[in-house]
Amino acid sequence: MKVIIMGCGRVGARLAGLLDTAGHNVTVLDMDSYSFRRLPSGFKGKALVGNGIDEEALKRVGIEQADAFIAVTQGDNRNIMAAQIAKHIFGVKRVICRIYDPLRQELYESLGLESLSPTTIFADLLKKKLES
Amino acid sequence: MYIIIVGGGRVGYYLSKSLLDEGHEILIIEKNADFCETINDELGSICYRGDGCEASTLAQVGTGRADMLVAVTGDDADNLIACQVAKHKFKVPRTIARIRNPRNEVLFKKLGVDVTISSTNVILEQIAEEVPTHPLIHLHEIRDKGLEIVEVKIPQGATTIGKAIKDIILPSGTIIPLIIRKSQKPLIPSPNTILMAEDQVVAVTEPKAEDVLRKALRGG
Repeated sequence: MKVIIMGCGRVGARLAGLLDTAGHNVTVLDMDSYSFRRLPSGFKGKALVGNGIDEEALKRVGIEQADAFIAVTQGDNRNIMAAQIAKHIFGVKRVICRIYDPLRQELYESLGLESLSPTTIFADLLKKKLES
Repeated sequence: MYIIIVGGGRVGYYLSKSLLDEGHEILIIEKNADFCETINDELGSICYRGDGCEASTLAQVGTGRADMLVAVTGDDADNLIACQVAKHKFKVPRTIARIRNPRNEVLFKKLGVDVTISSTNVILEQIAEEVPTHPLIHLHEIRDKGLEIVEVKIPQGATTIGKAIKDIILPSGTIIPLIIRKSQKPLIPSPNTILMAEDQVVAVTEPKAEDVLRKALRGG
């Protein structure tokens, strides 16, 4: 599977490593090449500098051939916009984005955008842990 | 009308000022406390400090009863999300987004933003009008109908000079309601009106027919 990951922070870099080890074709996109230091040594995928909310930049990293697109930058709005470009302009089959704001996540989920809110997930986990 | 403006920078400030003068009810949502204070000092208490992309903020300021939301922050992604949240969660009838990257125009329309204003394109257009050789100027866009009003200047030496309007093959759906002629009164052309050098021909057309229209009027 060809996967594009936008945002090479802790989550992006870790996911890239996991998918790479599992044998997928991974491309990581970030605006700052310094963030590629987080990629595990021996990472066989591609790491490219570019802005994920720019259609031309997405074309350059091969979004037209991608099977999946993951948006995990720090900005909710950037993630949502990039995910919508991937889904509606390029027709990528599987698009998932991170949205910290739970209300925004609910709204976009209801609009058909597959998304996860770390805020909700982590708060629930903490509550379960406390009560167990 | 109740109009919510997301972004209290220079564009938001001056837009609010002119809309207030027209008698509208205005509310600005701005993250920066200093900007909020300036606006509230100078324009009256119309600025709410918060994130205009957050549904809770939009609920606080009564977005449900807004007639329009205009997102004019300097960030395209923020403007898109503010408009989408307003449209889908609060059913705001009309959303307008400022965009910096002209390429985002198609995307925003596709994603449900009613109107996009590309500040880059507006500036380019204004400058182009001041370049005397510019063959076609956009005067006005009639967005709902997919039409625009343009002006084509007939240059000295154009092969169409001396031809009657009726002999010029215009793209279908294009009409010529006005010709502004050098040192004469503007005239409403008849089929027999003869094109002259330096005529400014005003046409109503479709954006896709621009090139054909320009060639038809200027030759070649």
